[in-house]
Amino acid sequence: MTATPDEGLRTGPAAGSGQPVFLSRFRPRGAVWLAAPAVLVLLVVLAYPLGIVVWRSFTDPAPGIENYVWFFQSAVNRTVLQRTFIVAGWVTLVSLVCAYPYAYAMTIVGKNMRLALILCVLVPFWLSGVVRTLAWVILLQDSGVINSILRGLGLSPVKLIRTLPGVIIGMTQVLLPFMILPIYSVMKGIDTRLLQAARSLGAKPWKAFLQIYMPLSLPGVYAGAIIVFILSLGFYITPALLGGPRSILLSSLVQNQVLSLLNWGRGGAMGVVLLIATFVLLALAAPLMRQKHTSSRREA
Amino acid sequence: MTAPQRSAGAAIEIRKASKHYGAFTALKDIDLHIRPGEFMTLLGPSGSGKTTTLNLIAGFTDISSGALEIGGKSVTGLPSHKRNIGVVFQHYALFPHMTVGKNVAYPLSLRGIKGDDREKRVRRALDMVKMADFAHRYPNELSGGQQQRVALARALVFDPPLLLMDEPLGALDKKLREWLQLEIKRIHRELGTTFVYVTHDQEEALVLSDRIAVFNGGRIEQIGTGRELYDNPATLFVGRFIGESTVLRGVAEASGDNTIVTISGQKILAHGRLAGDARPVILLRPERVALKRPGVDAITGENRLTGTVAEAIYLGSGSKYEVRLADGTTAVARSPLGAVDFAIGDTVDIAFLPSDLILLPDDASADVTLT
Repeated sequence: MTATPDEGLRTGPAAGSGQPVFLSRFRPRGAVWLAAPAVLVLLVVLAYPLGIVVWRSFTDPAPGIENYVWFFQSAVNRTVLQRTFIVAGWVTLVSLVCAYPYAYAMTIVGKNMRLALILCVLVPFWLSGVVRTLAWVILLQDSGVINSILRGLGLSPVKLIRTLPGVIIGMTQVLLPFMILPIYSVMKGIDTRLLQAARSLGAKPWKAFLQIYMPLSLPGVYAGAIIVFILSLGFYITPALLGGPRSILLSSLVQNQVLSLLNWGRGGAMGVVLLIATFVLLALAAPLMRQKHTSSRREA
Repeated sequence: MTAPQRSAGAAIEIRKASKHYGAFTALKDIDLHIRPGEFMTLLGPSGSGKTTTLNLIAGFTDISSGALEIGGKSVTGLPSHKRNIGVVFQHYALFPHMTVGKNVAYPLSLRGIKGDDREKRVRRALDMVKMADFAHRYPNELSGGQQQRVALARALVFDPPLLLMDEPLGALDKKLREWLQLEIKRIHRELGTTFVYVTHDQEEALVLSDRIAVFNGGRIEQIGTGRELYDNPATLFVGRFIGESTVLRGVAEASGDNTIVTISGQKILAHGRLAGDARPVILLRPERVALKRPGVDAITGENRLTGTVAEAIYLGSGSKYEVRLADGTTAVARSPLGAVDFAIGDTVDIAFLPSDLILLPDDASADVTLT
């Protein structure tokens, strides 16, 4: 290797990456205490009740693992657990398909249009989940808006309310922002001049998009997919109101055990199973999230 | 180590090309002929149209009117991915999710080149820019200069007949820039590819180019070698943009084949006359101006103007002086090592022969655009 002048100019890992070295070194002592209020709140409202749930799942009504044995021995429970995961998968997939082009559109339109698109995402956030779900009941029910339109067009009505597709539609709408926002935040940092570079190297526009833009947008896709999937697993109101007896999800079973049957042990065991399933999923997804390059952001 | 194969460079022919963005005219009727294998630099201040010209050649934007031929074929309407032109950007534009090796292999993969052949060519291209040891690194692990060398390898690995560079060294510090200039020059010599290089740095243009096209306000002011532009600028703008200069303005009158310019009561003789009725100004190069004590050391026929030394700078290889003349103009003079030293405040004459000055038509825009 011939010595070249710029080897000597590299002062640290940050050299040439656009990040000033001093930023990574500025770490005053005791900064960790800035997180103290949040940690305290989490301990009180999350860790403590969670501990009780876990504790009761092993001790209520008698010490042992009988609550877990009961859970996995019941065919209904296993079916519902499986269904919960399938619904979460569908909701994730459908919201990804809707969110990806939407987020991309947000990055290429003008300032006012972008504002309008962001509002469209955020306004549903300002309404309570119950209200939004009731709106879906009106839309989806047998005599609802969708079926009236279908009938008006001379088509046969479809059964949506109290079916899994109805649940999936409603959940997707409620969870869509959690998919759009992470994807958008990654996409807006992608340097679109890279596409021009790819074109100059001989890539057709769609190839440049698939080979350059898509891979760079994946961190946002993974983040959005994990958030939506995990929120779907524990979703209660929407599946409870839009679903029927054949579309019960795990959260409804928990509710039934705890609030109707006052069986805290079994309810807790279900919660623990869901929690462990979520952790396993996160562990599986972790390698995807770890990317060698840190960012594609343009330097100022 | 040999670089990618020597390829015959492509000629570029631009005729009467204009580019409008809405009401804004970025380029007005430019004519530019670039020879095969030539190193042509498009030089000018920002907004002068040089980058627009590069984008037209690259196919990133289309000409509004006129003709553009590359290698004898019209490329109007041909999208950039079909033009087979290497482009190097100021912002490097390496793909952050690919290693150096993958970045350089990318244009080859697009052309269906696989396996050993591809590996060999990637290796050769990285050798050429002395980055072969970095093939498994990611771009964000490299310094700016290293990234730009990789970008150069990527733009050349598919043996394009034409390489375009848009201020490729603009983001680098001076020392690195000077070293990379020589590297680029060497690679150009080895490959025989036509290079078109955009910069606003006139020194860089002089170091690199076979010929330079000087852009100003969407037009080409002059095309020529560095020497031609420095010694015989066609316009005041070119004269001021290339190299250091002093501009003297006065009352001009024709006298036979000569022009006499009167500045603060002192008469300056210039050989030749300007065609038309443009107001003549005098352009002086610092190394053609001598400093002398008032009234002494006169040479027959030399012009003299009296002033006061406003700044004296010792440069090692000589000295540089700024002399405030009677009319307020600042004249720049360079004197070689061993010449008489002057101090700030000294009254001096600047002296120059009629053959050493350049007579040009006045152009007010030349002053404004250079700030």
